[in-house]
Amino acid sequence: MPRFTLHINGKKHRIIADADTPLLWILRDELGYTGTKFGCGRGFCGACTIHLDGEAIRSCMTAVEYVEDRRITTIEGLSENNSHSVQKAWLAEEVPQCGYCQSGQIMAAAALLKRNPNPDDATINSAMRMNLCRCGTYDRIRKAIHRAAEDQG
Amino acid sequence: MKKDYSRRDFLKLSTTASAGLMIGVVLPYKERLLSAGFVEEVFEPNVWVSIRPDNTILITAAKSEMGQHIRTSLPMIVAEELEADWSQVEVAQADAHPDKYGSQGTGGSGSIRRSFNRLRKAGAAAREMLIQAAADKWNVLPATCRAENGTIIHQPSGNSLTFGELVEAASKLPVPEDPPLKSPKDFKLIGNSMPGLDTLSRVNGTAQFGIDVQRPNMVYATVLRCPTFGGNVKSFNPKEANKVSGVLKVFQIDEGIAVVGKNTWSVIKAQRVLEVDWDPGDFANWDSKRIEDMMEEKGSGKALIARNDGTTSTFIDGEDRLIEVQYKVPFTSHATMEPMNCVAHVRNGSCEIWAPTQLPQRVQSTAAEALGLDPENVDVHVTMLGGGFGRRLFTDYILDAIQISKRMNKPVKLIWTREDDMHHDFYRPTSIHKLSGTLTKQNKVKSWSHRVIAPSISGQLFPEKFQEGKLDHSAVNGASNLPYAIPNVLVDYVMTNTKVPVGWWRSVYNSQNAFANEGFIDEMSYAAGVDPYKFRVQLLAEAPRHLGVIKLAAEKAGWGKKMDKGQGMGIAVHESFGSWAAQVAEVTVGENGKLTIDKIVTTVDCGLVVNPDGVKAQMESSIVYGLTSILKGEITIEKGAVVQSNFHEFKLLQIDEMPVVEVHIVPSAEPPGGAGEPGLPPVAPAVTNAIFAATGKRIRRLPIRQEDLG
Repeated sequence: MPRFTLHINGKKHRIIADADTPLLWILRDELGYTGTKFGCGRGFCGACTIHLDGEAIRSCMTAVEYVEDRRITTIEGLSENNSHSVQKAWLAEEVPQCGYCQSGQIMAAAALLKRNPNPDDATINSAMRMNLCRCGTYDRIRKAIHRAAEDQG
Repeated sequence: MKKDYSRRDFLKLSTTASAGLMIGVVLPYKERLLSAGFVEEVFEPNVWVSIRPDNTILITAAKSEMGQHIRTSLPMIVAEELEADWSQVEVAQADAHPDKYGSQGTGGSGSIRRSFNRLRKAGAAAREMLIQAAADKWNVLPATCRAENGTIIHQPSGNSLTFGELVEAASKLPVPEDPPLKSPKDFKLIGNSMPGLDTLSRVNGTAQFGIDVQRPNMVYATVLRCPTFGGNVKSFNPKEANKVSGVLKVFQIDEGIAVVGKNTWSVIKAQRVLEVDWDPGDFANWDSKRIEDMMEEKGSGKALIARNDGTTSTFIDGEDRLIEVQYKVPFTSHATMEPMNCVAHVRNGSCEIWAPTQLPQRVQSTAAEALGLDPENVDVHVTMLGGGFGRRLFTDYILDAIQISKRMNKPVKLIWTREDDMHHDFYRPTSIHKLSGTLTKQNKVKSWSHRVIAPSISGQLFPEKFQEGKLDHSAVNGASNLPYAIPNVLVDYVMTNTKVPVGWWRSVYNSQNAFANEGFIDEMSYAAGVDPYKFRVQLLAEAPRHLGVIKLAAEKAGWGKKMDKGQGMGIAVHESFGSWAAQVAEVTVGENGKLTIDKIVTTVDCGLVVNPDGVKAQMESSIVYGLTSILKGEITIEKGAVVQSNFHEFKLLQIDEMPVVEVHIVPSAEPPGGAGEPGLPPVAPAVTNAIFAATGKRIRRLPIRQEDLG
């Protein structure tokens, strides 16, 4: 089986895995980064959203062979001390209900704010529409993204 | 032995099974500490409260957390009576126990309303003991002392001791059976929106759901079930599956073929190439159309009467107007974001389970029965639930995991793929509602008849109980308790079970019955030529709490305001789970039939509110869940199997479709009602009534289809 070197949250990990293994399962099963969630396995729901070189991607649809030597960030590595403006805004707005989709929501929102520090509702909608939430926290997600944008100034 | 241990050790002991595991049974925290060699005193007057000398207060939640924030609101109730310093409160999750906590079942919007008094008493008992302990120390009368913010204060002298300083003395006192409770006017926590104790873990990835549990030497598994309901395995060929690297074993269990491997990806891949020859059984000849035809046919036959007021058999006179319509609701899926999963470790003579479950005690008894063990030898640890909505009241996925663990003799993590989850849910029952009503010449409602035709959840689970014409009262919930003052009311029910598994879906039969009731009363109002809101108000004169929520909703929404062309407002009110909710929906229907839900104003009267933001969040959530079910969520059957497989076919509401939602809570001092479900039933009729106001088109079947609007 092939070997890969992954750079996750500033740490280097060496793993042995089938080349087609989605990064999601490497993170969860092999490395214990269980904050990234499995929702659909087909890229429809966004629960597995992480950052690859700063861009939001679906880790359930990204084979490990494509991410070697690239910068991977998961929810665990988004900030130290939960200090990312998006996390702070999520806390302030009490966004999560069950919380299962929220790692993916937060990673998608953080990537959006990096691209566009002051998004309007339409921009938020188009960036976040493929991140599903069965508890229906959408209204709070939108408010929290605006709050995070203000916080970032 | 007196051992110094850190707060971290304490929490570790509290949140893992390690201490309990050593002697194989579920223990209260004190016993766990003792069993682990920690003998420092802990004040534990009951199973709910545990106070340490360092002032940490551990409050046990015995209900499952699936997004309702009960792991915050239940501790609030205890802490209120205890007069605890909220910043010192930690929450612990109870393992399953047959009776120690009462029912641990989480459903029926019941966590607060069924725990409220018990938890108040638990906190009050602890408070009284701490007061007594302090009074004894100071040699003063307890009546001269009071508890405040984690301390006991002697009022005349101003002396004070922290709860932690009183742990040892309080532990030696008898527990009062009927401690005095605070007057609600003195509540400091209850009625305030407290930040969720679990929110941080939900924004930094540390919240542990069932799917996140890891055990040493754990293997992974999936189970492939027959797509056709009622089908069986004829034979299977594991050859291709075994070729997938990482696969350890492929074998048959009760419900299908288990694939076990070293990681999740290996078993998902292997499941895709596994060759199974199914015997689909006779349900393979069924599809949605045939089910509907069968229901229509049975529905015109004999029915069981649920309510019969007045004389509905002869309710039409010469000049009365008879209105007859039919409403239809499809099967729909729970589709929790976290698919079904379970970690189980079956050992010789015992079993340990980590599960996202709404019924820990059922998990314990089911596993015990399946393995021939005593329940006390089955430990069930309840994880966070990535959504429940009724799906996790079933134990099918638990049985998969224990069978596989037993066979492998190892801890196993069973994961259902999204496709497994969607193909093998316990679906919200499909239903047909035959409604008829008469209006007199003076436009008074003279009679109302509602026949509910639907599969019965209880009838499917316990067929022996429903053979001889016994009514499933649950199936007419929300129909038989029609609140309108109508002299002649007939509500009856026809059971139409098939092999499609049905289950409790958020608000259960209230979702279908409220759509029928509130759609039809709207039709009656237009037939009578009376504004739909005023029409309801006239008929609700004797229903004060219905009136309370509907009036507030109309007022907050600006009922009757001028709307543009293609826009409309609809109203609905419904009581369920001990609470009342009313909604006003505003919609726009474009030229091409494109529907936009612009705004929903909702009110709720759920009695005394513990955590207002929690109630608000549940109302928001119910609206989104309801909107998905009426705009998109249909499960259809072909060849005896579910057609939809994943979120591209079973779509959920997305952020760009989210209406403006306003929640208004009716202030009330009545006992607490439910909050998780009562917001759902009014959604469908409020929206379809708004569509009628906008277009004159009456939607009588769900989901709403563009062809019904264009």
